[in-house]
Amino acid sequence: MPASTPSGTKAFVRRDLLPPSAPPIGEAGAVKWLRENLFSSPANALMTVISVMVLGWLVQAVWPWLSNGVWTTTSLAACRDVLQGETGACFSVLAERWNQLLFGFKYPPDQYWRPALAFVLLFLAGAPVLFFNLPRQLLIVTAVYPFLAFWLIWGGSVTVPLFAGLGFVAGAVAFQALAKQAMAQAALAAVIAAVVVWWIGGQINAQVMVLQPVASRDLGGFMLNMILGVTCVSLSLPIGILLALGRRSDMPIIKWICVIFIEFVRGVPLITLLFVANVVLGYFLPPEVTFDLILRVIIMITMFASAYIAEVIRGGLAALPKGQYEAADSLGLDYAQSMRLIILPQALKISIPGIVNVAVGLFKDTTLVSVISMFDLVGMIRGPIQGATEWNGVYWELFGFAALLFFIVCYGISQYSQWLEQQLRTDHR
Amino acid sequence: MTSLTDPQAGSFRLSMLLNDTRYRSYTFQFIALMCIIALFGYLGVNLAANLEKAGLNISFDFLGSQSGYDINQRPIDYNSQSTHLRAAVVGIMNTLIVAFLACITATVLGVAAGIARLSPNWLLRKLMAVYVEAFRNVPVLIWILIIFSIMTAVMPPPNAFRGDNPTATMVMGAFAFTNRGAYAPWPIWGDGSWVVVATFLASIVGAVLYRRHTTKVLYDTGRLMPRGWPTLAILILPAVAMFYIMGRPITLDYPVLKGFNFAGGINMLGSLIALWFALAVYTGAFIAENVRAGIQAVSKGQTEAAASLGLRPNRIMSLVVLPQALRVIIPPLISNYLNITKNSSLAIAVGYMDVTGTLGGITLNQTGRAIECVLLLMAFYLTISLSISAVMNVYNNSIKLKER
Repeated sequence: MPASTPSGTKAFVRRDLLPPSAPPIGEAGAVKWLRENLFSSPANALMTVISVMVLGWLVQAVWPWLSNGVWTTTSLAACRDVLQGETGACFSVLAERWNQLLFGFKYPPDQYWRPALAFVLLFLAGAPVLFFNLPRQLLIVTAVYPFLAFWLIWGGSVTVPLFAGLGFVAGAVAFQALAKQAMAQAALAAVIAAVVVWWIGGQINAQVMVLQPVASRDLGGFMLNMILGVTCVSLSLPIGILLALGRRSDMPIIKWICVIFIEFVRGVPLITLLFVANVVLGYFLPPEVTFDLILRVIIMITMFASAYIAEVIRGGLAALPKGQYEAADSLGLDYAQSMRLIILPQALKISIPGIVNVAVGLFKDTTLVSVISMFDLVGMIRGPIQGATEWNGVYWELFGFAALLFFIVCYGISQYSQWLEQQLRTDHR
Repeated sequence: MTSLTDPQAGSFRLSMLLNDTRYRSYTFQFIALMCIIALFGYLGVNLAANLEKAGLNISFDFLGSQSGYDINQRPIDYNSQSTHLRAAVVGIMNTLIVAFLACITATVLGVAAGIARLSPNWLLRKLMAVYVEAFRNVPVLIWILIIFSIMTAVMPPPNAFRGDNPTATMVMGAFAFTNRGAYAPWPIWGDGSWVVVATFLASIVGAVLYRRHTTKVLYDTGRLMPRGWPTLAILILPAVAMFYIMGRPITLDYPVLKGFNFAGGINMLGSLIALWFALAVYTGAFIAENVRAGIQAVSKGQTEAAASLGLRPNRIMSLVVLPQALRVIIPPLISNYLNITKNSSLAIAVGYMDVTGTLGGITLNQTGRAIECVLLLMAFYLTISLSISAVMNVYNNSIKLKER
């Protein structure tokens, strides 16, 4: 027993610890990582080899195409002359037609700053909605943005969007003033106040701060996809919430109206709804009314998206434990209060991933309008650009560019939703 | 003193319609119903006025008249003298063909990619993540157009396969990919081939019965009989034996270059292939995520509990993990099949004649019967999706956890 041995009888007693010896070469650093992650078993090693081969094949197919890319010619034939039979992309089409891809081919080029400005302002308007720790006053920008963006993109006199916005303000003020006494009267007053302001606005034909007006049919390119996506998602959220609440309501008539609407819209492809917007809707409107095609399409896509969002939110509502509903009742809250203060905040939080999925899907589906001959990004590529003699036969560069634009936006949105889920996670971990 | 809370009968005032919770719901429902009736009435009146002005009426007679257009893929007999109704049926069959092909391919791709995303191999995991993100975040229409461009612009013309020094060769001597579509072998059913098919069907029944029997033996006596090889043998051997006994009635018809084009075999249009593969890889990315989520949803405690009971890894997978994962995977899988069917309506962008292309495209444009055509189109898709939802509800109820 070393402890009881007198120190004098031993020749050597170690006083300090030996330094740990370095791990074997196979258990440290890159080798260890490689062994564990790439070559842990024969099957795994085979997978790695196959993956490397696929990767190598992809790189050797794509890299020369990218690196030999030609940016400065004016036609595909000229590109082929420059490349002299080598593999290479003809990016000149993007350099020459970038404006058409982004804004459509009829938007006046000297006015491109307007949609560009609207796009930049979109981030400012979206920021307070997307990030909760920003000052709440920024929400004013969000409220003003739709009218400002309308004015910027479509042009015309500023009075039109101004009075449209003022109508909402008047309605809100009237509602606030009367809401304490009676809900029904307040709602009625709000509608009347808004209509009065809109009517007054319609009478005033002042031309103030006029921007060059642009017709709806002149909008196109990726801008059209953005307009449709942003408008329809923001409109379909409140409608979707109402539909979801309606579907879970105790009132049978309201419930069945919502069920039929949701199941009908979810059961048909978006294309058929776009056909309705294109060729059928006109039959159901008074002969003297002429609706913009873009407005009809917005109505249909909003209907489509709100049915899907309603189902997502219904899932969130169903996932809440029954105790939450009972707790709200036991506090003496009425239906509106309990929904607004207790149920919806939790249900919406659960539904965020689903809502984002619907939003991303909807944004992708805006390309379908090219089928009813609107010139969105895909419509521009398939129509005017591939139809032009100088660019006939360019495929990869154009579709790759379109895919890249959509990928950036959609991937960005889904990354945001993952971040938001992390932020909103309040359970104990 | 409980009667204090009950208002007396007969004290009904008009304001109670809004303020009394007992009557308020009736008021709201009445208002909602009136609004809906008013809306439909308004639309109906407009429709009647518009139709009268245009001298039209709602009638489905046009379905019986001659269609006058050709369809490039005909599963049943059809020519331009056939009726619009027959054109619509051909379209419906084309929709179902592409949806069926895409569903199967998407499932295979998606399950493989979903499992690969959970692989211990880092490189494979990352590659599959790139696949999933790339396809989920780009519109399916763009993928359809990209693959369609490959089929029409990159593939060689049939005459490139010709001559002593052909610039293109057939894959495995059986498949030819040309810019007029792909050519593949197709079986010819000779006399007596039905006997082979019937034998095969009977051996499927036999295999199922055998597996039931092994399960019963296992539960009754605890004896574990072999299952894998016997099942395979029951499935294959009788059919192969019958195939030779009947004198090889089923032969493959290979595509052969004749004149300016291939003859024999089956010709798959470039648009069909574009639609099929684009829908498959696009939806496969979504299915991969479902599969991954489903497997991850089974908590680790389940695996550990099964291991502590002494089950071997493959039995843990088949008896404990998979049954629980499938409960999570199958409902979204079925709604993905529904999405494929609905997205197949994008066929119109590449000229594949599905029901949207015939009924909602050429028939609509030729007859001008917009309302009727769109109505029929919607009815078709609604029928499909409602019947699939009905099946899904039955399934969901059957797998629902029986809690007490």
